Parts: sequence; C-alpha cells; structure tokens
Amino acid sequence: MALALDIALRHLLHRRRQTLVSLLGVSLGVAFFIGISSMMQGFQRDFVARIIDVQPHIIVKDEVRTAPRQPVETAYPDGAVALRGLKPREEVRGIRGARNMLAGLEETPGVHVAPALSGNLLLRYGGKDLSVNVTGIDPPRERKVTHIEKDLLSGTLDALYTTSNGIILGEGVAAKAGIRSGDLISAVSPTGVLLKMKVVGIFRSNITLMDNFEVYVLLKKAQVLANRPNVINRINIRLDDVEDASPLAARIERQYGYRSEPWQEQSRNVLGIFVIQNVIMYSSVSAILIVACFGIFNVISTVVFEKTRDIGILKSMGFRDKDIRHVFLLEGLIVGLLGTVIGWAMGWGLIEFMASLKFDMEGFIKSQGLILYRTPRHYALSAAMAILSSTLAAWVPARRASKLNPVDIVRGAG
Amino acid sequence: MTSSAPRVEARTLTRELPGPVPVTLVRDIDLVVEPGEFVAVTGPSGSGKSSLLYLLGLLDAPTGGSVLIQGEETSGLSPDQWAAIRLARIGFVFQFHFLLPEFSCLANVEIPIRRLGRLSTAQARERAAMLLDSMELADHAGKLPEQLSGGQRQRVAIARALANDPPLILADEPTGNLDTRTAHMVFDLFGKLAREQGRSIVVVTHDSDLAQLADRRIHLVDGRIVP
Repeated sequence: MALALDIALRHLLHRRRQTLVSLLGVSLGVAFFIGISSMMQGFQRDFVARIIDVQPHIIVKDEVRTAPRQPVETAYPDGAVALRGLKPREEVRGIRGARNMLAGLEETPGVHVAPALSGNLLLRYGGKDLSVNVTGIDPPRERKVTHIEKDLLSGTLDALYTTSNGIILGEGVAAKAGIRSGDLISAVSPTGVLLKMKVVGIFRSNITLMDNFEVYVLLKKAQVLANRPNVINRINIRLDDVEDASPLAARIERQYGYRSEPWQEQSRNVLGIFVIQNVIMYSSVSAILIVACFGIFNVISTVVFEKTRDIGILKSMGFRDKDIRHVFLLEGLIVGLLGTVIGWAMGWGLIEFMASLKFDMEGFIKSQGLILYRTPRHYALSAAMAILSSTLAAWVPARRASKLNPVDIVRGAG
Repeated sequence: MTSSAPRVEARTLTRELPGPVPVTLVRDIDLVVEPGEFVAVTGPSGSGKSSLLYLLGLLDAPTGGSVLIQGEETSGLSPDQWAAIRLARIGFVFQFHFLLPEFSCLANVEIPIRRLGRLSTAQARERAAMLLDSMELADHAGKLPEQLSGGQRQRVAIARALANDPPLILADEPTGNLDTRTAHMVFDLFGKLAREQGRSIVVVTHDSDLAQLADRRIHLVDGRIVP
C-alpha cells in the first residue's frame, strides 16, 4: 500500500495545477456545505426554539377536524336520492363544557392551561384601520402558558385589570398606525360592538406574524366584543416537556372531539418550508461537490491516459489489477481527504465571517445578523460526502486503468 | 517432470485472435529454455516473435497449449496468480525502457522489490543500489530517467528486470532504440547473466548479427518455428 501511495502522490504532484483545481473544488464544496448548513440550521433551530418558547404547545380550538354529518345524511345513509343545497345546521361556536375540560387538563401533571377567546377586530387610530386578531386572555393563567409577559416592551399584563378597556398590541401593529403606550384607540368587532380602548402594553416576540397582527385584551372584554358572554373558543396548553405535545394533542382530540393542534401543526407551513429549504440547500451543495467530482474524474482520467505506459510496465512487472486500481483510487481519496481538511478550515472561516456580520433581518423571525448553528456533525457529514464522492469519481478511471491489457501497451509502443 | 526441471517450457503453444477471420499469431510452438541458456528469437515483423514472448511471460493467455515455468503448469491459474509469477520469477525488458518518469533510477529498480515485499525498505534500497552498481550506473542512481542516455536507461530497465532475482528474463527488441555499440553491450550483458548467473534468457530481435551472440537461435515465420 505504501508503494501505491508513493506512485499516487507522484502522479498528483506531476499534474500539480489540475490537482490543485480539483482540490479547490472539493474544498469549496465542503466549505459551503458547512457554512450553508450552519446558517440554515441555525435559523431553523432558532425559529423552532422561539415558537416553542412563545406559542402555546397545544391549542385546542372550537372546531372539529371533519365536518359533522348532517342529520339527513345520518338518517338515510343508503338513500338513493342525492341531496343538494342542503343547509347545514348552525352549530353554536365555542368550546362546550370548557370548565370541565380545563379542570380535567389542569390535573394532568406537567400541563398548564389557559382559556382564550380569539376573534377579529378592527382598530381605528388617526384615520388608519388595522385588521388584527384579538385574543381574550386570563392573565394569571396566560403567563404560565405563553411568554407574552416576558415579551412586553412596555406595560404589564396586570395593567389589563387596572385599566378599564386595556389592550396590549404587537409592536408591528403599533408601529403601523403610530400608536404609543397610553393612546386611546377605537376597536370595532365584527358583531358591531365599538369600544374605546387604552393601550397598556406593547410586546415584541420577534415572530413577525405575531408582532404584526396580534393584540390581547381581557377574556371578559373579548367576550363583550364578540357578544358571547362566558364563551371561550380556545384552550392554550403549555407543557413541561415539549415532546409530549403530539401525543397529548391526539389524546385530547380523541377525548373531547375538538381540534387540538400541537405546535408542529400550528407551524406546519413554516416547518414545511424548512423541508423545502433543506432540499434546496442539500441539492445546491451537492451540485458543488458533483462539479468538484468532475474535476477529480478529469484529473485522474488524464493521469490514466498519460500513464498508460507506466500501467503496462507495472502490470508486466507483476502488479495485479487491484494494485493498479488502488493507485488511482488512492489518488481520488487523497484529493478528497486533502480537500476536506482545507474545506473544513475554509468552512470554519466562513462561519466566523458570517457571525461577524451585523444587520437587521426580518423574515419569519427578526434578528440582528445571521443565526448560526455550529456542530461537529456538519464537519463529519461534509467529510463523508466529499470523500465518498471523490472516491466514486476516481472509481471509473481506476477501473479502466486496471482493465488495460499490458500486451496492447507494450506491443503498441514497440 | 524430468530431474532437471526446465526453466521455461512451451507445449504446442497456440495463440489466435478471435474475430470473423481468426488470425493466428503463434502456432504449435514447442520450446524448452534451460537454465543458463541465452536464446534469441528472430523473424520478420509479424512473424509472432513478440507474441511468443508475451505468452512465455504470462502477459497473454494462449488459446491452445500451455506454458510451464520451472515445471509449474500455468494454464488454469488466475490472472492474479500469473501476476505473482511475473513478479517473482520473470523479468521483462522492452524496446522502450518504460521507466516511471517521476521516480529516480534507484526508486524505479526498487518498485518490484517493494511490490514483492520480501525485503525491508533498507534492504530493498541496498539491493537496488547493488543492481545499479552492477550495471555501472551507481553514479546515476539519484537521477531521473530523463537525465540519462538511451543506453543507460535500458541498463536501468535491465536492473529493474533483475530486481527480484528472477530465473527467467524476457526481452522484446531491447536494443531497438540503441546504437550498434550499445546494443552489443546489452547483448553481452544478457550473455553474462545467462552464463554467470544461470538465468534463462529469451531475447526477441530482428537483428540477425546480434542474434549470433546468443547460445541458440529460433527463427519464426508466420507463427511457426522454422529450422
């Protein structure tokens, strides 16, 4: 093997420039893999951490997943007559038996619940109309379930009690209409109730959608606005162990029939985008490595072509097919290994460079600069991909070299 | 086997190239080369001299007959087993020196020794240096092949052929690119290797003057031995 390595190294050194180019290709592939994965995963993990932090882990809604069967359909399941234009029975909105449900859930260890009534609201201030989602909350229970209190830039959650008609706005909502803490604004609900409300707090969760569209009032106030006294239409649940969200949500839904969404489902859109993001990232990074592999394929093919005579004499000397194959596979492996090591250094530098950038970014979430995730896994994964693909790229020319017939070579030359 | 097992023996050796019209390179060759014997194979071009040599050297497989190396039947062995025989028991010299251009002369001679792996690195180096010395090339050991003259290169190639001390040396037009004086020197060298070291030597040449320096001459026409 030492001999094969010796020959392989001399071949590569002989084609120095080509070797350097393919080396650079692998290094760039590895570096980008590390840099881009770190950026993407940093962002994704940060997002997930934030929604787990900010949003309820499970939301029980006053909806059912499948539309209920209408009485006529139940009465005549095998009816030969098709019904059209059937007017469905009006269901009373809101969670029925909410009090019992809340009590039942609260007994479960590691589970914190808060009732809420959410709906739409039109805010009017200084000639501007803003359509927002309003959530009526019960502050003592809400602070155990969401981090709204922690996210308040000004004011307190308890100010909702001390001020009549108090309202808490998302930072974006306030900014859009130029509303400041203490301002009086008009709120119109879809049922036509008009209230003058006083802004007692402004929050910033750094989740763009929430900051731009959410406002909070007392549960009682929300019931007044919706004209539905004593009704709640959501139960927010926070768990000590986030991993329990899915099974618990499924259990609640089975038990009570109401749609229960774990946080994964609430953020399904974004999590789905992450999947697409990852696919795009890995394919573009793979593309770089594939191009790099063409470089390796090229340099080793050239060496095989150039070294045909050497291969002939080595074979006549008693090198077996596999000895010849090893020489050229080693060349691919050397380029892959060296490229990986250089790529690691470059990737590390890339991450440090990206970490040093400071700018305001607003997407799904807000942040100052890029959020980076550093893990040895990215280094290991990129090394595995680079070494595997460079060995594969070397395989084809190596095989061709090992199959060369020495007689053709020595005869051709003579 | 006879008591004096011949170094190399060909029995009704035949090699045909398959195809719509099969071409016969070598037909029904019977040949025994004893240890210490220096045989020259002559014949016009296309007569199958080189083909015979490749068959004897296990570089090519016969379509009929068989080759025995030191009494060992070689037909039916795997390509890897052939490679092992070539490595330890056969040394090749070709018209072109085929030295690896990136390796020094010394390193070139070391390659077969290292491949065989019977000697330590230091011993391999020592043996390679000794072989170069015997070719009067000790001063050039560290040089690259391109820094040497044609005759010197061919002597390095001969040193390399001797690297694993093979009983059989096969040379295919080894003097094709050399001037007459150097060519004579190379043939003298082969004669010495046969007489003094007891190796079997088969040299293919189209030069009948040089062939006279061999102990025995075999003349091939159209793939057959003619008297």
